[in-house]
Amino acid sequence: MASLISCPHCGARPKEEFTIKGAVLSRPAADAGHQAWTDYVYLRDNPRGTHREYWHHTSGCRRWLVVTRDTVSHEVGFCQDAAAAKLAEVRP
Amino acid sequence: MTSYRLATGGLVNRAAPLAFSFDSKPMAGLEGDTLASALLANGQMLVGRSFKYHRPRGILTAGASEPNALVTIGRRGRTEPNTRATVQELYEGLEARSQNRWPSLDFDVGALNGLLSPFLGAGFYYKTFMWPAPLWEKLYEPFIRRAAGLGKATHEADPDSYEKSWAHCDLLVVGAGPAGLAAALTAGRAGARVILVDEGSMPGGSLLFDTAMIDGMTASDFAREASAELQSMPNVRLMTRTTAFGWYDGNVFGAVERVQKHACDPASHLPVERLWRIVAKQALLATGAEERPLVFGGNDRPGVMMASAMRAYLNRYGVAPGKATAIFTSNDSGYRLARDLEAAGIEVTAIVDSRPTAPPGYRGRPRVIANAVVCQTKGNKSVSAIEVLHDGRSETIAVDALAMAGGFSPIIHLACHRGSKPFWSEENAAFLAPQDLKDLRIAGAAAATVGIAACIQEGSAQAAAILSELGISCRPAALPNVEAEEESRPAKPLWSIPGIKGKAFVDFQNDVHLKDIGLAVREGYGHVELAKRYTTSGMATDQGKLSNVNAIGLLAEARGVSPAEVGTTTFRPFYTPVSFGALTGAHSGYHFQPVRKSPLHDWAAKNGAIFVETGLWYRSAWFPRGGEKTWRESVDREVVNVRQNVGLCDVSTLGKIEIFGADAAEFLNRVYCNAFLKLPVGKARYGLMLREDGFIYDDGTTSRLGEGHFFMSTTTAYAAGVMNHLEFCAQALWPELDVRLASATDQWAQMAIAGPKARLVLEKIVDDDISSAAFPFLAAKEVSLCGGKLHARLFRISFSGELAYELAVPAGYAESIADILMDAGAEHGLQPYGTEALGVLRIEKGHVTHSEINGTVIPDDLGFGKMVSATKADFIGKVMLEREGLKAADRLRLVGVRPLDPTASFKTGSHILEKNAAATLENDQGYVTSSAFSPHIGCTIGLALVKRGPERLGEEVVVWNGLKSEYAPAILCDPIFVDPTNERLHV
Ligand SMILES: [Zn+2]
Repeated sequence: MASLISCPHCGARPKEEFTIKGAVLSRPAADAGHQAWTDYVYLRDNPRGTHREYWHHTSGCRRWLVVTRDTVSHEVGFCQDAAAAKLAEVRP
Repeated sequence: MTSYRLATGGLVNRAAPLAFSFDSKPMAGLEGDTLASALLANGQMLVGRSFKYHRPRGILTAGASEPNALVTIGRRGRTEPNTRATVQELYEGLEARSQNRWPSLDFDVGALNGLLSPFLGAGFYYKTFMWPAPLWEKLYEPFIRRAAGLGKATHEADPDSYEKSWAHCDLLVVGAGPAGLAAALTAGRAGARVILVDEGSMPGGSLLFDTAMIDGMTASDFAREASAELQSMPNVRLMTRTTAFGWYDGNVFGAVERVQKHACDPASHLPVERLWRIVAKQALLATGAEERPLVFGGNDRPGVMMASAMRAYLNRYGVAPGKATAIFTSNDSGYRLARDLEAAGIEVTAIVDSRPTAPPGYRGRPRVIANAVVCQTKGNKSVSAIEVLHDGRSETIAVDALAMAGGFSPIIHLACHRGSKPFWSEENAAFLAPQDLKDLRIAGAAAATVGIAACIQEGSAQAAAILSELGISCRPAALPNVEAEEESRPAKPLWSIPGIKGKAFVDFQNDVHLKDIGLAVREGYGHVELAKRYTTSGMATDQGKLSNVNAIGLLAEARGVSPAEVGTTTFRPFYTPVSFGALTGAHSGYHFQPVRKSPLHDWAAKNGAIFVETGLWYRSAWFPRGGEKTWRESVDREVVNVRQNVGLCDVSTLGKIEIFGADAAEFLNRVYCNAFLKLPVGKARYGLMLREDGFIYDDGTTSRLGEGHFFMSTTTAYAAGVMNHLEFCAQALWPELDVRLASATDQWAQMAIAGPKARLVLEKIVDDDISSAAFPFLAAKEVSLCGGKLHARLFRISFSGELAYELAVPAGYAESIADILMDAGAEHGLQPYGTEALGVLRIEKGHVTHSEINGTVIPDDLGFGKMVSATKADFIGKVMLEREGLKAADRLRLVGVRPLDPTASFKTGSHILEKNAAATLENDQGYVTSSAFSPHIGCTIGLALVKRGPERLGEEVVVWNGLKSEYAPAILCDPIFVDPTNERLHV
């Protein structure tokens, strides 16, 4: 019924303010081939344990976040701005 | 009727009598009573009939776990079925009615079910009534539903209001008994933010009926002093009549506060219930323990009661259980009751102790029968005698009340709500809460701690430990001095009792008796989760608070294993039932969802608009004029007026998004399938947005107002979705792009001015040159209005196919500008038009909406194939759009359709068949996506998605409405019915 998500911008906020998109996947390049694209668009894992998901703080700062959630315990371990996560991935 | 109220004692206010009624019988109680204590005081033992067998039932407990004493209270819209009489506070004028009886409580026809009981055992749903199958729905189920039931909900609207609230604290303490009060005092004195909740009307828990002396005060006085101190602390919130019903992720607790459930006429400015979400850094459960029944024949007969409940009625409410009481106990608890009864001068006929000997310290006068069991009770609608087995013989003893004490089960529900399982403690003969819970501790009887002194000590110590974890220092306070009777130590549980006669109930509310448990094991349903579902034990509104542990013990015995091996079923919120009203909060009726009104709403209203709800929006649908009898007359007039003169339509609900940044053009180039990079400043362009799977997501026009500034419009329905999508693209996919987005839907009012005379009207208020040369089709720019009084945005775009403009003005000026336009346009025949006319105009022009963009179409299906950029390196949907299936020749594609007979019509959703083809799935050629009567064409016209549609123009087909078996011969045609060469756009 109720739980709290720690938005890196807004602090602890009720989960009702967020919209969940799903797994964090890397968007393939346009020339990556149909298999890569089919996987990206349609194929999803259903992991037991840690899961990285895109959450949108729709009723808050309107930032997209990468939330690491444990599908067993519901523990939200890490919550990072999606842009920061993507930029960190691009320039390591 | 005999009064069972004692002359003195208890916490009831003898100076404040309250009149109430039970089954229309007038009765009197006292302030401080529950409905149950008042019924008992009036000698009303029989209060209901049981669920399945319609057995007479009385009051079993004095609290939240009550399975039997469920009544319907209140009147009309305030009718509340299944109210536990044991927690409902008495108020003046309370009307209570018994349930599940017909025609009356005393004479109930349904009691015949008792005679049918051989057919109503565990699993009877699955066996007795399964064959022949057709009879199930018609005969068996209705019969069972009528016969087995609880109270009935009212069909009238609830007149009361409810609300929801959040609260935050360092420490939440659940339960204000000895452990909870001590914990709250310790933490409160140390300055921590404390919330203490208790389901009762006054704090104290078991202290309210205990005979101990604490620091020289009675236990209830001690509770009163402690709560007074807590109430004086600004950092402590003490909430009574508040049940914490669930423990959720993030250490959030759900609680419901019954603000006015004890009031006859609730004050209208306050809610009757308030749903709380309490965010606690740390929490302490001090929820106490539940006494377990014993499972012997007729243990459900009115007059049989839990020993601790009997103490509560005696000591807190001053109500005697009967004139001659027996006590059946498996542990020391029964002896505490015996002492209290003796002290109150009530005869204790016998103490039947299943153990070999009475406790060594016991010096009471009543007869103790050790090594004995009660095998059955006798009586009609209340107990009149018990049969005791001892020393190899049977003895019948006349009594009018029987207490039972089967040991205590800690109340650990909340601790198990997040997936952890309780464990069986042989030493405590109880299931204990799972260990090492995060940010949740347990104290007092809920942790199987025995005795007031130990509970106070533990509550205080746990609070101190929590404070130190939170970094709040606290000085250890002196513990109060407790003089109490010796406390009941846990004893070996007594699961199955030898020599039982008659039905021995395990789950009282669901009428599950001992034999059902044995049957479940014999038939292979011995696993605790299976046994629960097979027997329905623990599945009623009380969720087995009294019955579950006994069921587990009996299952364990039947299987020859320990209760540890059987384990428990899953604990889930809610701990006790929560009303729909509380869960709904303020979101009912008019407040069910927000209402969005366009900034032109009042303008439309004063022009006589009929509104239609689209999502949260109220949109003006048409504007009837005098003499028009049907909506069609109004809509036809509005359409014709736009085609001949000029009309004004509120299009403010379209989504509007401001897009800024050096990379804004590149960003749009990636989110639209068509090109945007080279869109000149001052121009608008129609854009198609795809999903990543290649299908069209949304459409709209986007204008370039500056080198790095675009203004996007979306459809009304997808405004929020497109904004979320763009933010995802900008932040998660391409954060390297310099682009910023802001929703401006509510900031701008937008009106379409459409028709051949549109320019004549606008010229009167727009200061800039808007001649076709200066401001051609698809021009977009900021303009000034009314001699520089206001800056606005003007777009030369057209949904109707006529010369048309959309004028955006700051929302606050919407009504003034619309008024000025209406005045300016009067001489040119300007009339407002609504969304219905808008729809007709766009169908006539072959423009698509989400009726066509229905999630199954790609650009080429709608004739937009050439728009899709072949040169862009990437855009959303590019790769998947290339899939083989999306290039298939027989895809459904957009065409127009009109009936061969102009007087015929068809409806949206109808299917297209080849001429003379049967209406089968195989013959389906497509379907009508939009249809309307076109005043321009003079008949019904439609847009349709048809296999190879554009190749079949001129083909005669049949439009088939399968819902009404209507067939309309029709012809496929170009979807653009008006001005196919677009001459009108450019005038
Ligand atoms: Zn945020």
